[in-house]
Amino acid sequence: MKKSNDALKSVISIQHLYKSFGDNKVLDDFNLELYQGESLVVLGRSGSGKSVLIKCIIGLITPDQGSINVLGQDVLNIDKIELDEIRTKVGFLFQSNALYDSMTIRENLEFPLRRHSIQLNQAEVDGLVMEALENVGLEHTVDKMPSELSGGMRKRIALARTLILKPEIMLYDEPTTGLDAITSLEIIALMKTIGERYHTSSIIITHDMKCVQLAAQRVAILIDGKCYAEGTYEMLKQSADEKICQFFQ
Amino acid sequence: MSRFIGRFFGEGVRPRYEFGEFFHQCFVIGYKSLPLIGLTAFIIGLVLTMQLHPTMVYYGIEAQIPAMVGIAIIREIGPIVTSLIFAGKIGSSIGAELGSMKVTEQIDAMEVSGTNPFKYLVVTRTLAAMLTLPFLVIIADAISLYGSFLGVNIYENLSFHLFYEKILDYLFFIDIVPAFIKTFFFGFAIGIIGCFKGYYSNKGTEGVGRSANSAVVVSSVAIFILDLIAVQITDLL
Repeated sequence: MKKSNDALKSVISIQHLYKSFGDNKVLDDFNLELYQGESLVVLGRSGSGKSVLIKCIIGLITPDQGSINVLGQDVLNIDKIELDEIRTKVGFLFQSNALYDSMTIRENLEFPLRRHSIQLNQAEVDGLVMEALENVGLEHTVDKMPSELSGGMRKRIALARTLILKPEIMLYDEPTTGLDAITSLEIIALMKTIGERYHTSSIIITHDMKCVQLAAQRVAILIDGKCYAEGTYEMLKQSADEKICQFFQ
Repeated sequence: MSRFIGRFFGEGVRPRYEFGEFFHQCFVIGYKSLPLIGLTAFIIGLVLTMQLHPTMVYYGIEAQIPAMVGIAIIREIGPIVTSLIFAGKIGSSIGAELGSMKVTEQIDAMEVSGTNPFKYLVVTRTLAAMLTLPFLVIIADAISLYGSFLGVNIYENLSFHLFYEKILDYLFFIDIVPAFIKTFFFGFAIGIIGCFKGYYSNKGTEGVGRSANSAVVVSSVAIFILDLIAVQITDLL
């Protein structure tokens, strides 16, 4: 897998990443590459540091040591303006959706467009909002409040909000957590459709094996703060390593 | 907390300024608090007068009720009671709102959307609390005095003009200005403590409840401490 990826362009490169919270070492010399157009799943147990990892990538958490290169820029050594520019190219789907409760769906979707200093008139903003909602099949919810929607709908709206800036990279933090099996499958299908339509590269953080099986082109297993193993789903499933087997049982 | 206050001043003076959110918060924090504060102010003015009346009659100084109530309300009761109600309503609401935004990752979402959440949430809410509370206190004082006027008129006929003339005879510049100025500090304390408790909320929904609760408790104590300091300073003038 690695050999075939050498010819591909790396869009995220994580080198020797360390992060501790007090005595708790969450990331301990973690290394990972995400290649253009690839869908990579980072698999790990709850509390293993998966969310910390993607929050480091987007600059929400500052690691203790190491380097994170996103689209050719070292996110740990850039100023606020450059970081904001990177963030327009990297979409982040939060585990809890993070929709603003006090805003309508329209206002939620308009928020990143208005805040990222993108010069657009109202008609263009409306067009982008409706396009993002069409992508997730929820045009009719535009004037509703997040509290009026179901869990699955909220997840799709959060995805639409992330997509509105047409990011080159998508980071999904536990996209199927808290959803029933059917809705989870719908979200996974939607993630795959979006990846194909917009040619996005994506990192999916999960411990949902169905999600891993359906969404991953490559899987990285995070154990003890390290990238313990990586490969395709089938490859890892056949592994004899006890720590890897635990995930596939 | 001191670092949080330092950050408030640091972020507050630097652009980009969040005028839209600030005016929205002035409406939510100030205007929407008016009915509650108005009602309690009216009751306090009325009840204070009714409670004072028998004692003042006993000593034969019932004519001094307007002056006594006026000074008490404008110097102390108006600012303190209004601030405590404001702390209960706004401090808890800010603490719970920001706490809930924190635990549901809305603050992180704001940050990845090119927004400085500290500026957008903390600076706007604290400034709105600081600037609206003094005006709420002025309105509450006026309503309270009207309540007192009605209270006096339960027992005797006193014209509105004469009632206010009696108050103004005993009320001086030194009574009004320090009472007005201290409310800016009360508003600042309520806003910044509510924001601090919410912004650093953790432990899920339990943490949100705790943030809202401690925002009210700490800001109420802060109001009394600031009032004590304000009285000492006023005495020196």
